[in-house]
Amino acid sequence: MYNSSLLKNLFGKNIKQIPIRNGYGEGLVEAGKKDSNLVVLCADLTDSTRSRGFKDKFPQRFIEVGVAEQNMAGLAAGLALEGKIAFCSSYAVFNPGRNWEQIRISVCYNQANVKIAGHHAGISVGPDGATHQGLEDIALTRCLPNMTVLVPGDYMEAKKATLAAAKFKGPVYLRLAREKTPVFTSLKTNFKIGKAEIFKTGKDITIIACGPLVYEALKAANELEKEKLDAEVINCHTIKPIDKKTIIDSTKKTGKVITIEEHQVHGGLGSAVAEVLSQNNPVPMKIMGMPDKFGESGQPQELLDKYGLNSVQIIKEVKNLLK
Amino acid sequence: MKKNYTLKQLERLANTIRQDVIKMLLEAGSGHSAGPLGLADVFTALYFKVLKHNPKKPNWEQRDRLCLSCGHVVPVRYAAMARAGYFPLSELKTLRKLNSRLQGHPSYLDLPGLEHSSGPLGQGSSVAVGKALAAKINGQKHYVFCVCSDGEQQEGQFWEAVMFAGKHQLNNLVFILDRNNIQIDGYTEEVMPLEPLKEKYEAFNWHVLEIDGNNLEQVIDACQYAKTVYEKPTMIIAHTIPGKGVDFMESDFKWHGNPPNEKQARKALHELRTLRGQIVGEHE
Repeated sequence: MYNSSLLKNLFGKNIKQIPIRNGYGEGLVEAGKKDSNLVVLCADLTDSTRSRGFKDKFPQRFIEVGVAEQNMAGLAAGLALEGKIAFCSSYAVFNPGRNWEQIRISVCYNQANVKIAGHHAGISVGPDGATHQGLEDIALTRCLPNMTVLVPGDYMEAKKATLAAAKFKGPVYLRLAREKTPVFTSLKTNFKIGKAEIFKTGKDITIIACGPLVYEALKAANELEKEKLDAEVINCHTIKPIDKKTIIDSTKKTGKVITIEEHQVHGGLGSAVAEVLSQNNPVPMKIMGMPDKFGESGQPQELLDKYGLNSVQIIKEVKNLLK
Repeated sequence: MKKNYTLKQLERLANTIRQDVIKMLLEAGSGHSAGPLGLADVFTALYFKVLKHNPKKPNWEQRDRLCLSCGHVVPVRYAAMARAGYFPLSELKTLRKLNSRLQGHPSYLDLPGLEHSSGPLGQGSSVAVGKALAAKINGQKHYVFCVCSDGEQQEGQFWEAVMFAGKHQLNNLVFILDRNNIQIDGYTEEVMPLEPLKEKYEAFNWHVLEIDGNNLEQVIDACQYAKTVYEKPTMIIAHTIPGKGVDFMESDFKWHGNPPNEKQARKALHELRTLRGQIVGEHE
């Protein structure tokens, strides 16, 4: 049973494809309209991070910092400590990559109301190659006290996540993808920080995903149905605080779990889920993701296929676990 | 709170604060001696003459902000804050102890009166610039002061912050640089030379003042002058003697990160109390 709020023709060929980062950009403008205390900082990547919309609408609240991500995080903290809601964007490899220590102390240790938007997360960044493909950012952020980590699954969810982040009091990390990806949720789809959503109920195996790969998990579940295999698909958009109850309840039902993310297998969603289950309901598990390797140049789909981050590979792993 | 201290009273206060620092470090058993002693005059000037603030209302909206980028010198800030009435003097002996509000490096959430946490060098500079920018956005009239250290200039982030402030002509921003020429591994000019320093800030579009940081009058005058600089942020290069006031500590970089032991503390306090032997008949 698919979540009734999802797109009706979920697997149709004409499914709309919009970049997740667009949802962020539009969310920024909407949040900026709601609260005049919201400011947006950018490190020389205004268009790429979709901060242009906010800049055009609220130029006095847009702060260009140049290629200086460490300063950006510190400035954001200073602004937040003076009552602003400060969003700062750059590529995930730089933000939180380069300025991790500033986020650790100036943001998290102060509990400053700063939202870190890490763009171009995942290998699907494509031709730019390894240096620009953020594959460790979930690990970097979820280990920080006082940090909330959100990974929206599509354009719709990204907008909601941005608005939710703006409303939330405290540091938030927003992981955003670059490419056009399927828009499979609707306005009616629930989004609540800390609540994993069951996008398809099932009894044979639990598949937990985050980001655009949630759609691949649904595709896999759809194919598996044809072979009478009933997978439960969970959209775990909040890596921290992770929804322990939903994960434990699901795996108590199914007894097996696969996680998949566009992130190293070490330290991301899979690790977070493993932490929950090993301590509460140990079940056979497979963590899918980047196999402890850097990315490389290529077309987005080529890269996802090369590293097995697609529905075909999910199906293989499901069958492996069910053996 | 606005009591008008004479220069002589402020000098006496600075001496008292130096004694507070020695006692705190001895009790704590760890901490930094050189910087705090060197900066006692700067912090006395700030808390008792320069800053617009209210110890009973640490979050007073219109207060001048005092940021501390070289967080390790916080013992002298704690001492100045206590003397100014932010918290009881008796709390000073809790420095670095379990559950203390006086953490080894300033912890913003633990102690009202701090503007932010610091310790990792360079970070406070960006936070200070962010606060100055916020004031401009909000149309607020207060100043943002930031004490930083010379060794800290080796951190790249510091120059990112300086570059940004220069671009935005943040004239509500005043940095005070503790130019004491030492750092952990030795003299700054041997470890990683900083000179020419004044020219560096000027190149980044800051207004630069150079003063004797152990001369209270010069510190006060420079801060007041800085408030009137219209088109640029101001960097006050305050030349200080690390460990100032205690002769066996002065100018010795080995005292950067070490507290005095019992014997050394006694000697130091005696020196401070008698103003290096000028007052006779001090009994212990």
